[in-house]
Amino acid sequence: MYRSHVLVCGGTGCTSSGSPRIIEVLNAEIEKNGLSDEISVVQTGCHGLCALGPIMIVYPGATFYSMVKEEDIPEIVSEHLLKGRVVTRLVYDETISEEGIRSLNETDFYKKQHRIALRNCGVINPESIDEYIATNGYEALGKVLTEYTPDQVIQVILDSGLRGRGGGGFPTGLKWKFAKGYEGDQKYICCNADEGDPGAFMDRSVLEGDPHVVLEAMAIAGYAVGANQGYIYVRAEYPIAVQRLNIAIEQAREYGLLGKNIFNSGFDFDIDLRLGAGAFVCGEETALMTSIEGNRGEPRPRPPFPAEKGLFEKPTLLNNVETYANIPPIILNGPAWFASMGTEKSKGTKVFALGGKINNTGLVEIPMGTTLREVVEEIGGGIPNGKKFKAAQTGGPSGGCIPADHLDVPIDYDNLINIGSMMGSGGLIVMDEDNCMVDIAKFFLEFTVEESCGKCTPCRIGTKRLYEMLERITEGNATMDDIDKMEELCYYIKENALCGLGQTAPNPVLSTLRYFRDEYVAHVVDKKCPAGVCKALLSYHIDPDKCKGCTLCARICPSSAISGKVKETHVIDQSKCLKCGACVEKCRFGAISKK
Amino acid sequence: MDSQKNKVPFAGTKEQEAALLKVINEHKNDKGALMPILQQAQEIYGYLPIEVQTIISNELNVPLEKIYGIVTFYAQFSLNPKGKYKISVCLGTACYVKGAGDLFNKLQELLGISDGECTPDGKFSIESCRCIGACGLAPVLTVNEDVYGKITVDDLEGILAKYQ
Repeated sequence: MYRSHVLVCGGTGCTSSGSPRIIEVLNAEIEKNGLSDEISVVQTGCHGLCALGPIMIVYPGATFYSMVKEEDIPEIVSEHLLKGRVVTRLVYDETISEEGIRSLNETDFYKKQHRIALRNCGVINPESIDEYIATNGYEALGKVLTEYTPDQVIQVILDSGLRGRGGGGFPTGLKWKFAKGYEGDQKYICCNADEGDPGAFMDRSVLEGDPHVVLEAMAIAGYAVGANQGYIYVRAEYPIAVQRLNIAIEQAREYGLLGKNIFNSGFDFDIDLRLGAGAFVCGEETALMTSIEGNRGEPRPRPPFPAEKGLFEKPTLLNNVETYANIPPIILNGPAWFASMGTEKSKGTKVFALGGKINNTGLVEIPMGTTLREVVEEIGGGIPNGKKFKAAQTGGPSGGCIPADHLDVPIDYDNLINIGSMMGSGGLIVMDEDNCMVDIAKFFLEFTVEESCGKCTPCRIGTKRLYEMLERITEGNATMDDIDKMEELCYYIKENALCGLGQTAPNPVLSTLRYFRDEYVAHVVDKKCPAGVCKALLSYHIDPDKCKGCTLCARICPSSAISGKVKETHVIDQSKCLKCGACVEKCRFGAISKK
Repeated sequence: MDSQKNKVPFAGTKEQEAALLKVINEHKNDKGALMPILQQAQEIYGYLPIEVQTIISNELNVPLEKIYGIVTFYAQFSLNPKGKYKISVCLGTACYVKGAGDLFNKLQELLGISDGECTPDGKFSIESCRCIGACGLAPVLTVNEDVYGKITVDDLEGILAKYQ
């Protein structure tokens, strides 16, 4: 028995901030103080508050230390662990109240969250199957194998109202039912862990923080649809996730929870990993299977759907990581429990990766139906530096930008589609007044152009043409006619592209056109970029009242565009100016501005 | 640009080839063996030049053009060697809205090379990448295994200096 447990986050965010070194130093310091038998250091998965990393939580008491540095460790050990005195200066401000240290769950960031998919992340050691079992792990699999028929399992999932968390929102139970319905000598269960949507990292956090839940859910799915082999297709860019999945699979095999005759039920199931190689399109289900088969990851026309002819031409069920993470709790707590959360058509919770111009960047899991305003202003803590909220981007390259007018819309699959965006995998990037919406649309199109697999023409050529039109707009070379043509092309691509990537690629353009048309018009007609982002449309000016004539700007200007005598106002020759912005950075009087 | 890259001669060793053949034999009979083999081949050689692809093609009896097609399809596979220090700048959405584009431009300027290239001395190579999932630390760049988060343009010279 240990008298105290110290949890240190080992998610990607905190690892990048140096948590492995913290653990090393902490263990050494504990040993030095002779506390090795009393205190246990546990490396956990992600807590969600990545911006505050490295994160450390000391139990009992759940004292939450943030941004811990190597130098702080001796103090934490000698004060807190040895003498029982909390090191207040390192405690996360939000948890300090007049009555003393309050629990993390009472802070704005966690108060409105409800953790189902992330329930074990940051709580257990992801490299220990025993800790997973201690939190009811593999109980759902045992229950299903000993008490349920496959049809009963599917009915439970159907009744829960769970919909696919990878973005499409297709009812999970129906998918399972279809996969069961097709006969085959061999069926497969796949897990889509190719989280390619830039800005979304919830799947990675589940894999890193609670890898066994995915294995358990896949085995349950295997039992329900009649498959005995599973594949997890995981991004090679997630080395920690890959490593922990490998450990988890080994452990599960050792405990007999994967392999032959699981729970003496006669059911066999095993799982192998396949690594992605950096292709966004492989997040599309048919492309993912083509890639596992060892080919270029190009999508296939549907039908036949994977439930009929999927991986290696066999009936296949494919779900996303977060979807699987919901399965064991649904089995254990019952479908009614799950269906009691959320909105009419979207049940349960959804994990969002909050990023961009927001104070509390990180992972949040909220009940469906929470409004965007609650997420951005309360959980996210608002926009930094007193700037104004402009838009929230959801759904990544397939989604759209939601303006301030729609902040009170309750988040669910259907509402987001109605306002021109989509749930997607759950990236939520906040933009402020300094972000140009045309530039953002261009950014996403550049992404789709690069990631288009090239198989179908509407996507391969259409997205390229769309990108070129946006380029002309940001350079001030477009006419209003171009905007109309661009819209027409958007609808053409949406209707004719082969797979989800192409069909949704125009969404960033359409949604910004819908809500920020005035910005497009400003670029086209006034040749101005209101946010001051598009270089070709900017010009730099020196304010005569502020310029002291120090000559610094003239000396550093790479194109000698600035002239002026000492102690006299300087001027910028617009024909020579490269718009590099070096002068603005260097001016000590704030006299140079861009317009 | 291309002509310069093509001048890097293939310098595979006997040991590397033996390691590759071992990997091929281990996976030969697996379903969908090609991807894992290519991934491990890249780990052995650091990149996948045509010579390595040819070995895989001969051993697996798969046409070279199919292998070339796969290698050029996935961003992870490289036909060119990387620098001793591989710098990746994340241009995912969260990093982009926080100014990763400026970082990337400045880095190209500092090193005098562009995306996907390697400095002539073989020391640094740079590439843009899509979301490494450290969005909480945006903007982010990595140098081999080291991750640098919340950086500004002014930090770049200092970061490079650590590897000089």
